Amino acid sequence: MKTTFDVERIRSHFPILNQKVRDHQLVYFDNGATSQHPLAVTDAVSDYYNRYNSNVHRGVHHLSQVATQAMEDTRRRVARFINATHPHEVIFTRGTTEAINLVAFSFGQTFLKPGDEIILTALEHHSNIVPWQMACQRTGAILKVIPVNPAGEIDPGDVLKLIGPRTRLVTLAHVSNALGTINPVKEITRMAHQHNIPVLVDGAQAVPHLRVDMQEIGCDFYAFSGHKMYAPMGIGVLYGREEWLNRLEPWQGGGEMIETVTFEKTTYNQLPYKFEAGTPDVAGIIGMGAAIAYLADIGFDEAIRYEEQLLHYATQTIGSIEGVTLVGTAREKTGVLSFLIDNVHPYDAGTIIDHFGIAVRTGHHCAQPLMDHLKIPGTIRASFSFYNTMEEVDRLVEAIMKVKEMFG
Amino acid sequence: MTIEEIGKQIAAEFELFDDWMDKYNYLIELGKGLPLIDEQKKKPENLIVGCQSKVWISAEYIDGTVLYHADSDAIITKGLVSLLLRAVNGHTPDEIMHADLSFLDNTGLKEHLSPTRSNGLVAMVKQVKFYAMAFKTRESN
Repeated sequence: MKTTFDVERIRSHFPILNQKVRDHQLVYFDNGATSQHPLAVTDAVSDYYNRYNSNVHRGVHHLSQVATQAMEDTRRRVARFINATHPHEVIFTRGTTEAINLVAFSFGQTFLKPGDEIILTALEHHSNIVPWQMACQRTGAILKVIPVNPAGEIDPGDVLKLIGPRTRLVTLAHVSNALGTINPVKEITRMAHQHNIPVLVDGAQAVPHLRVDMQEIGCDFYAFSGHKMYAPMGIGVLYGREEWLNRLEPWQGGGEMIETVTFEKTTYNQLPYKFEAGTPDVAGIIGMGAAIAYLADIGFDEAIRYEEQLLHYATQTIGSIEGVTLVGTAREKTGVLSFLIDNVHPYDAGTIIDHFGIAVRTGHHCAQPLMDHLKIPGTIRASFSFYNTMEEVDRLVEAIMKVKEMFG
Repeated sequence: MTIEEIGKQIAAEFELFDDWMDKYNYLIELGKGLPLIDEQKKKPENLIVGCQSKVWISAEYIDGTVLYHADSDAIITKGLVSLLLRAVNGHTPDEIMHADLSFLDNTGLKEHLSPTRSNGLVAMVKQVKFYAMAFKTRESN
């Protein structure tokens, strides 16, 4: 029985954390950009390459069958992890960005006409803005933006105001990468569905920190990345409800996604392969499976509770430093603490904080429209994982005090 | 003094500090001391586009030499650009175009020189040389 979350034991699973940076013990607070990998994941990847590397879904030979089995086991594991109805609703992509681009392209091609509208929020990461702008350029559709309040929250009522006869899709982040706000995706999905409008949720920042449940949210598409949830870089997932995926045309052609090919006509394979042209990132997929197993193994619910305590502690301690302004004070938050130090540019602060061996992100966090909206050049962002500690937060507090001293 | 000699002088000043924090404190002082450029010169064409901090560099051509002005919204960046301007200001376009500006390598601020670092010195050096080239072209026409 696990009763307390043993962070020291967890840290021993992540060898990268045990190193000095600029003569200081590394503090890794850039988990929102990418998380580190437990040995369980790197071992699974090297085991794949050392023991059963082979192309999938093709060979009758033994290794190909083992690799195929491992890949499809992971698909089932991902489906269970997010509570999808069917494993074939899980499409492997290179990441969240590619998953959103897939929908923006395929959905746009079939369902967007000049004057149609896509609704998104002012909180979005560029990867949930630009693919839609490109779809708009191709089809003549337009974007409608849900505003955010000064705390970094969106009001579901504003979604209702924007929904009109030309609305074709609502797309929004589950969790804001810049501010950590948890958006009311379930409520917004319900509203959109009352008007028969499908909803895409960008879950890149949510999946590592929350239990996400496709049945509960009810959304039609959900995109996330492996590398922010302890799996390798270059692997991600597009979840799509079966009826929607069946209505979309493939967006990339190639091997594996076909049923029959002649020079006159090609018929497409069934789900999920219709959307997985070419040789997939089998090692990444196996790594993702290992990451999900790892989360179950350490007790994901306990890890989530521990992260809540960590964010609470960081909010209290950093938020109470004189001259520090928290950016994003939504009631529902996870994973991220964004802040500014009075009269200090985030770049200046980040440069000094880095010298204390602390990895934070500074800048606009690929959310320029949000920064413009908040009228700030960017923020300093500390983003957490369950392998971080309260003592590490104290280290950041000390570094902030030093920044204040140097620039004061 | 030639640009290279000024560069050596700057590098020597930085060698006096053995602590990174002292180096940055000096840089911050320099940044604060850099005369601001006119707001009207902070126009988009003078802006070096990057993702971390904004840097504006403008230049005038006076009696055969170039006088640069710069500003940034980040103090460390201002300090860095002030070092660069100290070396090149008052020199001819030819001298600037052919100057070896690697002295900044020896200041212990090398991480700012990384070409992948947005708004790094590399972009500033390029802009400074670009102005010199433009003045040179104008001169020969």
